[in-house]
Amino acid sequence: MTETRVAEEPVRLRRTLPKVTDRFAAAGAVLIVVILLATILAPWLAPYPVDRLDLVHTLLPPSGAHWFGTDKVGRDVLTQVLYGGRTSLTIAVAVLAMSAAVGVTLGVVAGYAGGWLRDVIMRVTDVFLAFPALLLSLALAVVLEPSVTTAIVAIAVTWWPWYARLAASVAASISTRSYVDAARCLGVPAPMIILRHVLPNSLTPVLVQISLDAGGVILTAAALSYLGLGAQEPTAEWGLMVEQGQTLFTTNWWVVTFPGLAILVTAFAFNVLGEGLRNALDPRRVVK
Amino acid sequence: MIEVRDLQVRYGERLVAAVPELDVREGECVAIVGESGSGKSTTLLSLLGLTEGAHVSGNIRVCGVDVLQAPERRLREIRGARVALVMQSPQAALSPTTRLGTLMRRALKLHGLGADRVMVEAVEAVMLDPGILRRYPHEISGGQAQRFAIALAIALGAEVILADEPTSALDVTVQAEVVGVLRRLREERGLALLLVSHDLALVSTIADRVLVMKDGAVVESGPAAEVLAAPSHPYTRELLEALP
Repeated sequence: MTETRVAEEPVRLRRTLPKVTDRFAAAGAVLIVVILLATILAPWLAPYPVDRLDLVHTLLPPSGAHWFGTDKVGRDVLTQVLYGGRTSLTIAVAVLAMSAAVGVTLGVVAGYAGGWLRDVIMRVTDVFLAFPALLLSLALAVVLEPSVTTAIVAIAVTWWPWYARLAASVAASISTRSYVDAARCLGVPAPMIILRHVLPNSLTPVLVQISLDAGGVILTAAALSYLGLGAQEPTAEWGLMVEQGQTLFTTNWWVVTFPGLAILVTAFAFNVLGEGLRNALDPRRVVK
Repeated sequence: MIEVRDLQVRYGERLVAAVPELDVREGECVAIVGESGSGKSTTLLSLLGLTEGAHVSGNIRVCGVDVLQAPERRLREIRGARVALVMQSPQAALSPTTRLGTLMRRALKLHGLGADRVMVEAVEAVMLDPGILRRYPHEISGGQAQRFAIALAIALGAEVILADEPTSALDVTVQAEVVGVLRRLREERGLALLLVSHDLALVSTIADRVLVMKDGAVVESGPAAEVLAAPSHPYTRELLEALP
């Protein structure tokens, strides 16, 4: 009896991971894959060329020929939404990759080192956090030329401090674990301890935060575009589409509604995935 | 192997450990006993120069290295390779995202050693199956983890093992295994062993000499048999009476 239990244990432990990754997370992941595929395959899926203007058929309501209708210069809204996703998701990925790289690096070093190094890094982080994110993005976007790249840089600059903070607190707690002490007792130099032990073991909460943030970045990028500081015509981008369609909302609702829905659904999918991941990777649930 | 004179460890104003004299010779096992907070673990860490934020004074020589004077690089060379630390909670001492084999290989490489043969031999020396090297820390038991920690010390060719409550997180039968492994290595390889424990039963089975610590100070020391049979300090008597 005892023997079989001992033998089964490792297998059982491994099994809990995918099992606990509950339906929520799975639904979010599936939704994200669908959205990604739709935008990647846009050239094949889109019913019309992306840059096709049709000044004869402007502001057509949704129909068999134009499922999402057409905008005020006769572009197919479905096509624009599909291509717009490429821009919006690119911004999300780029912003998150940049902020996570910078934030996690600084945070992990600060968390492990403690002392004055931690103080310096955290104070710099606080300075960045002291500015309202959108305001700082706006200021940057005004200084630089408005473009997708500007939007990415502007948002990343305001986004990384959160990762630095998160990573610092996680790394500080990881650094007190016995295996870090054990590594020190083996004579492992600090940079290697950070790279091999503190970093990999700090990543889980960061990954969860990234998936929770993806929606927020898309919304922020949309806000910048909406204010005319992000993507510029004729680049298709969801926020830009909402901005251009808003005045038409009462008369031609479809122009603004579909890109708005795309933002909503994408943000929701990432949030659900993040929430699910957080539950799935919650140490209390993994341990038992 | 270990020579300590007039060791004092302070955190701020507070004196957490004062050891006037502590020697561990080749093949010898010395135990430091006392309850939690008596300064045992601090003493152990000071031998590796790992008491962060503490003010350490006195004279510590470990494997011929003056711990308080030597540069950090020199200390990193002896940590692990000459002096190994075996910790209280064995699984917590293993990074959860690293396979045991990877961990051991990295440790060997760090000290310029290596070869899979060394790894397998070390693991077998503590009576573990070499297949364990492919496992992650959460896939092994506490006793296996503790023996792996000892195997790591062997692979690195450590001459001294510092063991901080090596058995207190394990159940009784597994404790016996670990103690058995330690004792055998001492006999076969002449390893010196400095053991920190509050478990007098364990100490009486393995230690040659005993230091009893209370509130950071050594209250009694001498050959294990003598101290445990005829304790002179009331605190030692108390500890002995607490035995089941």
